[in-house]
Amino acid sequence: MSGFERRYVDPKDPRPTREQAIERVFAKIPQDALVVCANGHPSREAHRAKDRKGNFYMIGSMGMAPSIALGLALARPQKTVVVLDGDGNVLMGMGTLARVAATQPPKFVHVCLDNGEYGSTGGQKTISTQVKLEEIARGAGYARTMRVHTLDELGAAVALAVAATGPTFILAPVAAGEPRDLAPRVVHEPPAIARRVREAALA
Amino acid sequence: MAEVNGKVCPLMTTAAASSCVGGAAFVSALQGAGFDFFAGVPCSYLEAPIACLEQSATGYVAATREDEAMSIAAGAWMGGKKLPVVFMQNSGLGNCINVIASLHQSYEIPVLLVISWRGHYGKDAPEHIMMGAVMPDLLSLFKVDHERIDLKDHAGQLRKIAASLMEKPRVYALFVDKGELA
Repeated sequence: MSGFERRYVDPKDPRPTREQAIERVFAKIPQDALVVCANGHPSREAHRAKDRKGNFYMIGSMGMAPSIALGLALARPQKTVVVLDGDGNVLMGMGTLARVAATQPPKFVHVCLDNGEYGSTGGQKTISTQVKLEEIARGAGYARTMRVHTLDELGAAVALAVAATGPTFILAPVAAGEPRDLAPRVVHEPPAIARRVREAALA
Repeated sequence: MAEVNGKVCPLMTTAAASSCVGGAAFVSALQGAGFDFFAGVPCSYLEAPIACLEQSATGYVAATREDEAMSIAAGAWMGGKKLPVVFMQNSGLGNCINVIASLHQSYEIPVLLVISWRGHYGKDAPEHIMMGAVMPDLLSLFKVDHERIDLKDHAGQLRKIAASLMEKPRVYALFVDKGELA
């Protein structure tokens, strides 16, 4: 082992954990919503929290979650499309905020679970403490943007976004550090994941 | 036979364009073959088909980056579109390596790449020379089948590619040289 010390979520951290936030989002979205889960821990935790056919679990292509979601929304405008994104991911694909805003998909809920770090690679810091991502989304032209601090605020924001028209960006700070009970890898093979989502989209 | 990296490359033989395909004819052949979703980042070689698509009922998504266009196309396929197409200049292929490897080829998602061959024959602005030389090998490394546009029967060629993509969903690249689409 190197001198690297794994840093776990501090139980005293007032912010919800990422998985609690993911559970709360799932509780507030329609059953037939299509959900794009960013690569790394968000996909693994969404898979453990609520595995469903309409979930697209990314294994790579960091930064591309809202692009994939935009494609889903263009093909299926009547369905709610949800993105479970991370701060590092949004920073990597920032141009896509502009592309989403320019398209104005009617039922598009972009949730950024912001732990301020690259959690899947050892907790290196991102720049999301210096850059307010929801303000960038607002500047790009999302119909509404919010920053929420508790699980109840997150649930209310998602419910509002689901009922509204036009793309919503919700920034939810979540606890930094690795969960002690790390979510296992997604069990489905990638081609099966894609086919399941396609079936759910066409259902 | 020209050589790329010491290997004979049949794609580099000098089959100069004896004619060209009109942008509208190409778009109509794409649609006739079943391609039903279009996104991309422009290249001057692809100006004509993109202009047609912008005015068509199916539309065209102008992406901010090539990998964004590829990812939008992947989402559209999962959303129920039959066969997506992404247009790009080959300089943008570098931006796409990650999504080709970890999205389309891993999840078996079909997409036709209509990609300009800037730097072909080593004649172009300096920034295009290297990518122009390595593009076919680069795509082969990532298991991307590729061929040049067939100026004599582009409609038949597109039907064959569509059938192949339906049978085995993956990335497929169609090269367009200067003046081949007008």
